[in-house]
Amino acid sequence: MRQIRATPLGWVIWAVVVFFFVNLAGVVLSVLVSSFGTKWFDTWFPSGFTTQWYGDAWREFTLFHVIVVTLLVSALVVVLSVLVGAPAAYVLARKNFPGKRLVYLTFLLPILMPPITYGIPLATVLYKFGFAGHLSGVVLANLVPSVPFVILTMTPFIEQVDPRIEDAARMLGAGTRAVFLKILAPLLVPGLLASAILVLVRTVGMFELTFLTAGPDSQTLVVALYYSMSAAGIRAQQSVDAMAVIYTGMMLVLLVVALRFVNPTQLVARVKEEPSE
Amino acid sequence: MSGFDQLRLDGVTRRFGAADALVGLDLTIERGEFIALLGPSGCGKSTALNCLAGLLPLTAGAIWQDDQRIDTLPPEKRGFGMVFQNYALFPHLTVRDNIAFGLRMRHLPKDDVRRRTTEAIEMVQLIEHASKLPGQLSGGQQQRVAIARATVLEPTLVLMDEPLSNLDAKLRLEMRTEIRRLHQSLGLTTVYVTHDQEEALSMADRLVVMRQGKVQQIGTPEEVHTKPSTWHVADFMGYRNLLPLKASQMNGDQVTVDLGGTAIRGSAQGAVAPGDDVIAAVRPEDVKLSDQGVKGLVEVVEYQGRERAVEVVLDGGGQDDPVRLHVRTEQRVEAGEQVALTVTPGRLLVYPS
Amino acid sequence: MSATWQHRLAERGVDRRLWLLLPATIFVLLLFVYPFLYGLSLSFQPTDGGGVLANYSKFFSDAYQRDTIATTLKIALPAALLNVLAAVPIAFRLRGRFRGKRLLTTILVVPITLGTVLTAQGLLNYLGPTGWLNRLLLSLHIVDDPIRLTNNYWGVFFSLVITGFPFAFLLVLSYLSGIDPTLERAAATLGASRAQRFRRITLPLLAPGLATTFLLTFVLAFSVFPSAVLVGNPAGSTRVISLAAYQAAYEQYDYSYASAIAMVMGAVELVVVAIVLVWRSRLYTGSTGGKG
Repeated sequence: MRQIRATPLGWVIWAVVVFFFVNLAGVVLSVLVSSFGTKWFDTWFPSGFTTQWYGDAWREFTLFHVIVVTLLVSALVVVLSVLVGAPAAYVLARKNFPGKRLVYLTFLLPILMPPITYGIPLATVLYKFGFAGHLSGVVLANLVPSVPFVILTMTPFIEQVDPRIEDAARMLGAGTRAVFLKILAPLLVPGLLASAILVLVRTVGMFELTFLTAGPDSQTLVVALYYSMSAAGIRAQQSVDAMAVIYTGMMLVLLVVALRFVNPTQLVARVKEEPSE
Repeated sequence: MSGFDQLRLDGVTRRFGAADALVGLDLTIERGEFIALLGPSGCGKSTALNCLAGLLPLTAGAIWQDDQRIDTLPPEKRGFGMVFQNYALFPHLTVRDNIAFGLRMRHLPKDDVRRRTTEAIEMVQLIEHASKLPGQLSGGQQQRVAIARATVLEPTLVLMDEPLSNLDAKLRLEMRTEIRRLHQSLGLTTVYVTHDQEEALSMADRLVVMRQGKVQQIGTPEEVHTKPSTWHVADFMGYRNLLPLKASQMNGDQVTVDLGGTAIRGSAQGAVAPGDDVIAAVRPEDVKLSDQGVKGLVEVVEYQGRERAVEVVLDGGGQDDPVRLHVRTEQRVEAGEQVALTVTPGRLLVYPS
Repeated sequence: MSATWQHRLAERGVDRRLWLLLPATIFVLLLFVYPFLYGLSLSFQPTDGGGVLANYSKFFSDAYQRDTIATTLKIALPAALLNVLAAVPIAFRLRGRFRGKRLLTTILVVPITLGTVLTAQGLLNYLGPTGWLNRLLLSLHIVDDPIRLTNNYWGVFFSLVITGFPFAFLLVLSYLSGIDPTLERAAATLGASRAQRFRRITLPLLAPGLATTFLLTFVLAFSVFPSAVLVGNPAGSTRVISLAAYQAAYEQYDYSYASAIAMVMGAVELVVVAIVLVWRSRLYTGSTGGKG
């Protein structure tokens, strides 16, 4: 362990970090305090504290339904994206074949493009085929960045498994199915968990795609929150804050769970250079 | 599993992109043989082994097991056993489960699996480690698990890919004997890949020496050791002195070459004619310090226990291109000493260059 | 199939395991490539008629629409640049192991997971005219009137810094820890000063990573949407291009025009990405000697 030495530059850097954190805390705490406050106008703190806004938010925004939808959408996206993404990650990690670069780039593009860019045409197509406005459309749209994300997350985990271990299993008479079920699956549990939890966090937080494809009955929490905010004035500011706190709480729980399985950097992105051919 | 009488490799070729890793390998393996594929790294020996195992598809050629063509079968259908260089043990399975894996894949009755696994564990003396994971074992123990895992199925052919290269020197000697013993007691047919000539010589019935994807020589250890077919093989088999010389006289297969002003007789290997540029090969242990012969100056002395490895610069060589001879001797010599050298008769091999 | 054919295909890596790629490929074709191409062709079939390129000429001839490109870039580029540049010295300082590093990185992840909507709500409360920050500045008599930090350019900018900076920082940190520290020590034994070591050794090895970080941060900032509406001034200074596309689709129900705007948006982003990638390809991108 190393102590950070205090040089002038060091002090400046620490000051910037502290400044950032203080403001961050201000942003988060102001929402939290407001959600518990009775009246808060032009004072340091609300004149009194109450939990009534949570009850209001719960009723007014039908939060129970919204949370159920959020969890359902996220669970479906996680399961489907792992089922579709993991086998593809295996092939991309293990094999060279003609056109691999093109395939890889195609898988990477949905992550590199702003969601709105492909979200609008995607939503149009989903409306055309009658998926949008329902849960199925929201799930399909959210799969678009999730599957590539599973592929990116899983690839390094698969590369860590020595291909010789698979060869050994085949030499002992294991067919492709047995190699996957008896050897690879148990060895890839950490990778599967990591990618599942990352997709879960991202799906709960994904605004744009859900926003573009959700109908009134298929809004996730983040979209419901956006609508309640942009319709401010109709609802009490505090009950919007209460809803935001519920959302934050949900994200923080997920975050704590996620950090048991992955390190913080992985939550941001799994950076992998172009595959070598 | 019924054994085979012969396994025939017929022009087995493997290309990687534009590079030829293995070119036209013809080899017939008899039942019960111990064959070593020997050569420097990148010579194609591991490629050959992987082609045989089915882990690498062939570019051309065929592999026949008696009358059955097997090169299109996937590895799991060939029924061969394999021991990998890094052992490739399943890290999530215990020693017992590693060894039982192949038996379970064949859906044998539970009792059979248990009995044969226990026997195999006893055979490699790992009873007290049976429920450990591979990560908890030493290198030598892991090696023994790998061997037990491959042989418990009584495969028709066992393939070994440099299985001893990750062990320390002492353990390597012990395991050599162990593998040879297993080969004999289980009546296995073994193909063994190594870059260590001593290992190959001491274990194999036949050696296949390879270079740049091509077979250089196939023969018994003695043949390969005493009569390397090319100077490349000689180089690999420990002929450290490879001297570019000129042939002066021929007498049957006896050639006379001029070494540092002294005429020395050697035996011609291949087509050599008087006046040709040749390469003369001799092992350091076949060059002796004596009172007369080729004169030279001791340049470097390495003490190696019982013996000394001595490097001698011959007199009369050019300033910029001195001729050096490597000598092994029990005599005490020191750098800067003037010495004379003779070559043990019959041990100088002369190859066309 | 004959053995020769099977051999030849297998040698090129074409074997049965490639089928595993099929579900993902079908998926990406159906849900990404097809909608994208559909949107592209839709953008050439204007609802109001007027030729293939009518949507595009409509977009570029209308200053109110055209300016969204500049508006977006004016927000996204400085925000991404600031995030990356600020991350470098801080990550450089905090690389290696020290007490509380895990805690620090964990706190940094929080704003990323909170997402833009919650951040926007927090910014409105915190930076608003009666928020804590203005209150503090007023009571310290640093300002006489509350400064306007929300519902304008700065609100959006701060929102991008709050979500983007931790993102950039964590990426730069992981790139930095991938550089073998003995390289710097080697340079020190050769007489390089602290600044020289950073300038000549660390920075060149870090540069490709910085380019990637910039790209990813830029992509995040470029697609800014909720915060532009919530903490920005969506009718004026923060009318970003994604907002224009959204309005065309969901307020005017002109999907053809909306697709055209989405295509322009994608093209502008890809131009920036391409410029950075070309610059990056001229850098050394080999091994950095570390285990990262």
